[in-house]
Amino acid sequence: MSEPAAVAAAIADAHRREWALVLAATVRVAGDLDLAEECVQEAYAAALHSWTRDGVPNNPAAWLTTAARRRAVDAIRREQTFRSKLPLLAEPEESTVDRLLDADPDGGVPDDRLRLIFTCCHPALSQEAQVALTLRLVCGVPTPDVARAFLVSEPTMAARLTRAKKKISGARIPYRVPRAAELPDRLRPVLGVIHLLFTMGHTAPSGADLVNADLVERALHLARMLRELMPDEPEVRGLLALLLVTDARRATRVDAAGRLLRLQDQDRSRWDRAAMAQAHDLIVAGLRGGRPGRYVLQAAIASLYAEAPSYEQTDWPQIVELYDRLLEVWPSPVVALNRTVPLAMVAGPQAALAEVERLEQEGGLAGYQYLPAVKADLLTRSGREAEARVAYAEALAVAANETERAFLSERLASLDR
Amino acid sequence: MAQYAVLIYANDSAHRAHATREETAPHDRHAEELERSGAMVAAYALTTRDLATSVRGDVVTDGPFVDAKEIVAGFYILEAPDLDAALAIAMLNPACHSGGGVEIRPIAGGGVVERPA
Repeated sequence: MSEPAAVAAAIADAHRREWALVLAATVRVAGDLDLAEECVQEAYAAALHSWTRDGVPNNPAAWLTTAARRRAVDAIRREQTFRSKLPLLAEPEESTVDRLLDADPDGGVPDDRLRLIFTCCHPALSQEAQVALTLRLVCGVPTPDVARAFLVSEPTMAARLTRAKKKISGARIPYRVPRAAELPDRLRPVLGVIHLLFTMGHTAPSGADLVNADLVERALHLARMLRELMPDEPEVRGLLALLLVTDARRATRVDAAGRLLRLQDQDRSRWDRAAMAQAHDLIVAGLRGGRPGRYVLQAAIASLYAEAPSYEQTDWPQIVELYDRLLEVWPSPVVALNRTVPLAMVAGPQAALAEVERLEQEGGLAGYQYLPAVKADLLTRSGREAEARVAYAEALAVAANETERAFLSERLASLDR
Repeated sequence: MAQYAVLIYANDSAHRAHATREETAPHDRHAEELERSGAMVAAYALTTRDLATSVRGDVVTDGPFVDAKEIVAGFYILEAPDLDAALAIAMLNPACHSGGGVEIRPIAGGGVVERPA
């Protein structure tokens, strides 16, 4: 007998750490995501009773995988028996059960997590579906919580997940890791999904709190898992480094009252040095081999910002140079806008302002809330306060996060003092 | 094995009336390659958009059904074990390298109707 509290904690822990491993190994037996998901859920439920009675097993993941796979095999067997009683209606193509039982007789845990990740992030699925599937299937987040993260109702999210799973089986999206030749194209959506989850958590799209800590943790967990599974991919290292160095500042992004603090006003002594050091090592390794990709470069920029002893001592010219390289591999107007921030420190707010106005005219950033915010700041620093007021009002009109709105209002009010 | 339809989208069909062999050569070459690979079940090249006629409800109009920059210039049916295999073949289509592209749809049913000679 084990203490119920200890068992509950062990199950919660196994849910957080091992869900992907258990589900991925079960999909191979079930041959179907829906059936596998159901069996894994049942295995976790059964663990509560078994582990209370027999104690927590030494290898919870192996126990859960065996239990889930046994359920899947039973379900397939029932299906085959059902079919064999109706021989005129359908002939089983092959003995699936025999094939599966042969595959893994000792019930070990095959690491199929990469297959699961690449299937959930297949480019034939919309990014919306990729992100939802990854949270539900790879992280094991319950559907109501996935719905809450996306600010949609539970039935809407359930329908979105069902639709995505139907496309996987209907279009026969394979359950496998892409070949080396396909990898760059197939890794991009995987990295994009993890980065999006982090961004959603880092600055919640709306609501009162700036950070959704659970989403940030999930994204970090995924990035670490991917790094463990693909240790030699430079962009996988780059993404983990970017998340680590960005998240190292989490504690200081708002003050005690929850107000947003600018980088120059944050207490650098409270940044997570261990995370920054880990990111630094990943970046150095990433910059060494060949032409660095977008995540390595973004991480290098974030790391330069973070490692300066003070805001004033930041290596601005080096940051502008990294932005130039980033624009070469990732010509995005958002990157070009972010580049104007260090540019203002190197070439002055007037030069940066001219660049912001050029981007505004190009139209690629219409409705992007940070464009008027950056512009307002540069106008203020150029002494053009009347125009700055207009720009702050524009930024406020499109900002939805309450913490960011409060920050913009405060900046606007300070112009009148 | 599953069957997929590959719809080829291009600004227009390369197969206009009196098209030269040079104009249709990339498409013909690709079709031959597919045939040799054994993956192709059937293939059709369509004529140009100016020969298209559409019927919506009971109204007959000149031109393709969807008013877009691209039209369906042709389609073929291929057999592949999964979507990735089908995509790998479909991506070789010349349309993908000349401003157009392809749409891949799993086939639900159907086939060529057998008729008495």
